[in-house]
Amino acid sequence: MGEAARKRRVEGQWASPTTSLHVHESVEGADPGAVEGRRLSGPLQGFGKLWQKTYRVHLEGVAVSPEQVVAVWKADYGSFWPATSRFCAPFSGVTPGEVALISDRRGGLQLSTGVLVLYADEVSFTFLCPQGHPFAGMITFSAHVDGGHTVAQVQAIIRAQDPLIELSMPFYTHRQEDRVWQHVLSTLAARFGAPDAQVSAEAVCVDRKRQWRRAGNVRHNAGWYALMRPFRRRTSPPDA
Amino acid sequence: MTEDTLQIAVRESVPGVTVIDIHGDITPAVEEQLMSAYRDCEHARAILLNFEALDYLNSGGIGLLVTLLVRAQRHQQQLHAYGLSDHYRQIFELTRLDDAIAIHDDEVSALSAAGGDRHG
Repeated sequence: MGEAARKRRVEGQWASPTTSLHVHESVEGADPGAVEGRRLSGPLQGFGKLWQKTYRVHLEGVAVSPEQVVAVWKADYGSFWPATSRFCAPFSGVTPGEVALISDRRGGLQLSTGVLVLYADEVSFTFLCPQGHPFAGMITFSAHVDGGHTVAQVQAIIRAQDPLIELSMPFYTHRQEDRVWQHVLSTLAARFGAPDAQVSAEAVCVDRKRQWRRAGNVRHNAGWYALMRPFRRRTSPPDA
Repeated sequence: MTEDTLQIAVRESVPGVTVIDIHGDITPAVEEQLMSAYRDCEHARAILLNFEALDYLNSGGIGLLVTLLVRAQRHQQQLHAYGLSDHYRQIFELTRLDDAIAIHDDEVSALSAAGGDRHG
C-alpha cells in the first residue's frame, strides 16, 4: 500500500476532532437546539450498566457483497427506521463528522436528539451519541461474509445516559432498542430480496457497575428538554 | 472482512507493570488476541499499551479498548497508553477514551505515571 493510500486508510475515515456538536442544517420535524453545543458521550461517560448488544441478519441466497449492503445502508439510512421515529440524515449523507438529527414522539412529547457520524468505511459506519441521547456510547453498522453469504450487523456498546433511562431499561428501553434494530435489519434484508430473514439479537453486560458520578447527566435528558421547551422559548428567543 | 493483522507481545517492564506491545491493526477481528494478551497480565498492578507500532484502528477497535478498560477497572488495574500518533491521540480525545486511559508520549513517562521506574 502506498503512503497516500495508507494515510487515507488511517485518517480519512474518522470525524475531525471536536468536543461538541454543531448542526449546520435545519430539518423539518427535528429540533436542532436539542443537539447544538452538546458534548459527545462515549461508552465511558454514561450512567448505567454497560451493554454490548449485537443484532445480525444473514442474507442467505442473496448475491450481494458487504460493500454493496453498506453502500445502500448509508445512502438510505433513514428509510430503514420504524415509522414511529425519524432519522434526518445530513444532506451530505453518512459521512464522518456529519451530525444527524433524530426525532421520536413518546407520550405526547416530541423528543429530539442526534448522533455524530464518528467513522465510516466501505463495510462499516459508526455513530457516537451526544449528551441528551438516551444512551452514551457507539453504534456500529457493518456487513461481512460468513458461511458464504453476507451478514448485516448492528453492534451497540452503550450505557443508559442517566438514572431515569437506566430505571426504564428492564421494562421498556431494552425492548424498544431491540425493536428498532430488528426493524432496521428486517427492512434492510427485505430491500435485498430476503423479506423472511430472521434477525438474531444478543446482549452481553460488559460492566454491571453504575457510574453514580454521572447521575447529573439527567439534566440533559431529552424528555426534560422537551418539557422545558415552551418555557425556554419564552425566556430566551432562539436568536438571542 | 478485516484480516487478522496484529502481532502482540506481553512483557513485564518492572515488577507489577506489564506492557502490551501492539504491532499492526486493532479491529474486531483481533478480539481474541487482545483479550488473550490481557489475560497474561491480569495480575499486573498497571498495564501500559504500547501503540508505537499501531498501524490502523477502526471504530470496532475502539470498542475492544473499551472492553479491555472495563476489565482492567474491574481488577482495579491502571491502564496507560503511549506511542499514539497525533491522529489516534485525537481519536482517543474524540471518543473520550482519554477520560479513563492516561495517554503518555513514551514508555518512560508512562512508567513514571504508573508508579514504576525502570531502575527502581
